[in-house]
Amino acid sequence: MHVLSNPRPRAAGSLVALLVLLGGSALAQGPTYGVGRTPTPEEIRAWDISVGPTGDELPPGSGTAAEGARIYRIRCAGCHGRNLEGGREPRRAPRLVKTEPGRDVDPWDAGRILPYRSPYATTVWDYINRGMPLYQEGTLTADQVYALTAFLLFRNDVIAEDLVIDAESLPQVEMPNRDGWAPLPDWKPGSPRLPGYPF
Amino acid sequence: MGVKRPDRREFLRGGAALAGGLTVGAVEPAHGQAPEPERFIRGEADMIAYGERSPFVTSVRIPHPPGGRESPDAFGLVFHVAAPLQDSVGTITPSSLHFVGTTRGSLMPEIDPSEHRLMIHGLVDRPLVFTMEDLKRLPSVTRLHFIECAGNNARATHKTVQETHGMTSCAEWTGVLLSTLLEEAGVKDGASWVVAEGTENVKGASSFPLAKAMDDCIVAYGMNGEAVRPQNGFPLRLLIPGFEGIFNTKYLRRIKVVDRYYMNYNDYGHLRRDSVRAALGYQIGPKSVITFPSGGQKLSGRGFYEVSGLAWSGGGAITRVEVSTDAGRSWQEAEIQGTAHRMAHTRFRLAWNWDGQETQLMSRCTDEVGQMQPLPTQVAEHFNAAPDPSYRVPGLDNTIQPWRIASDGSVHNARA
Ligand code: HEC
Repeated sequence: MHVLSNPRPRAAGSLVALLVLLGGSALAQGPTYGVGRTPTPEEIRAWDISVGPTGDELPPGSGTAAEGARIYRIRCAGCHGRNLEGGREPRRAPRLVKTEPGRDVDPWDAGRILPYRSPYATTVWDYINRGMPLYQEGTLTADQVYALTAFLLFRNDVIAEDLVIDAESLPQVEMPNRDGWAPLPDWKPGSPRLPGYPF
Repeated sequence: MGVKRPDRREFLRGGAALAGGLTVGAVEPAHGQAPEPERFIRGEADMIAYGERSPFVTSVRIPHPPGGRESPDAFGLVFHVAAPLQDSVGTITPSSLHFVGTTRGSLMPEIDPSEHRLMIHGLVDRPLVFTMEDLKRLPSVTRLHFIECAGNNARATHKTVQETHGMTSCAEWTGVLLSTLLEEAGVKDGASWVVAEGTENVKGASSFPLAKAMDDCIVAYGMNGEAVRPQNGFPLRLLIPGFEGIFNTKYLRRIKVVDRYYMNYNDYGHLRRDSVRAALGYQIGPKSVITFPSGGQKLSGRGFYEVSGLAWSGGGAITRVEVSTDAGRSWQEAEIQGTAHRMAHTRFRLAWNWDGQETQLMSRCTDEVGQMQPLPTQVAEHFNAAPDPSYRVPGLDNTIQPWRIASDGSVHNARA
């Protein structure tokens, strides 16, 4: 750590002195500069909108496809089309339903359809919650996002119409593309772009 | 502007004589040789407070892809714009001309830096919130790095180097190493990925490896010697040197340390079926392009020209650049100007005498990990495809850019 060698030690002096007194092993674990404040757990929960595959961060709430269909008509259909077929210029909103509904198509052959191609159902929730409706982001309630997620998953034959989607059920939804995608390379300093590829 | 100020001229003449200890007689002939300026620029308050370029210098950013949406549009939304590399000299892209990529057309958030916070949380011992002031107290680094957009793919229809390659730029970035902040927070065992999030309306989020976060990423507040510009992420942005542009999160507000790939907003955009495509749209390969002479320019006649261009790689520093002035039949070692920095634009030069015949100019580079910029046919061969000169690298293309010099001196894109 750089406490002793740092040419400009600007950290709170007493903290640095204390750490130095505690010796090297404490230095390796403790903060070096003591700059920055500790957020409260509530603050972290409020800021943290990253919903990963386990769904740990999902907020309370729930919704069904039927509720989602109603919200979709009002908030989404103007851009994505009444039948999820996608919008034309100038909005260019993508299609949200696979090309052959009712059939078990390969997610890579069904167009770039997030609620069908994504390996995790949580990504659908995260995407809508973060980024939709376009230019009115952040205006949906958790219940509405659950309902819209249920609606899009149902219309892509991923879930049954009556499944209640909530923090419990969403991460358990098995997406058709769960294992059909390529992970990024295991990156290390000095890695080439693609092992065995000279260019 | 345009106001004559002969008094200043008189003053300078006298000053030069005094400063150089010369006689007036020694100064006069020098004046006699060069044309006198016809006009003078009257200083204006704005120009003095925050300088501006000469009205004779007019290069600007243009929409990308060429002919794409105007930026800004009627609603003030900002879209991709490309940097005028044909006019670039040296290695730094001026902040005013740095390319801009937006997730999908967006309004720029207007952030009061005194209100801005960066939170570090997730799998850490001590979650932390930093103000801009806090960050500026910490040990800093200043480094040159390019950022290149994944959409920087040259097409045969492109005319200028701004169209073929303008979605890359290089700036001098100043800030705190992300590793400094993560060490301050204490990364827990089991952590493997980091998710960065910005404040723009889509709150774009990207997952990147913890190994990269601990290596050379910068939480930057400075750009080319001043605060990061709004279009480039004011007041705070992340630099993930060498990774595809979208990873370099602008308006950075949150860093979360996690134990898996998070598949958030931008990650979904990186979703690929096969691992080759996934890898080739991730870390940027070795790439170079001749910026002078380049498409749309015109050589005034046969004779001496210094061929000059830019080379860069996501793999590290550029170690070698070669230039061909005979359409790829032979290659000459170009001079690398100054120090080749890691993941930074590097300027190369080659002295050339044009004989007035039609020819093609090309450049190719090699980086410190040994990756070499290929011809499209070499990539095709590698993937067992027919040796098609219009082959493109799947992912972010880095194939050699040919410029055709016509016998009238005009320069054209020679891509198949
Ligand atoms: C103003 C137009 C507009 C509205 C309203 C809108 N969207 Fe979108 N949506 C878009 C555009 C444009 C994209 C493509 C964004 C991109 O690719 O970055 C998109 C992308 C998406 C995607 C990702 C599609 C994919 O496969 O990449 C989903 C899912 C989505 N929208 C859901 C919704 C939902 C649900 C609503 C209603 C709450 C909604 N959108 C409202 C314009 C809109």
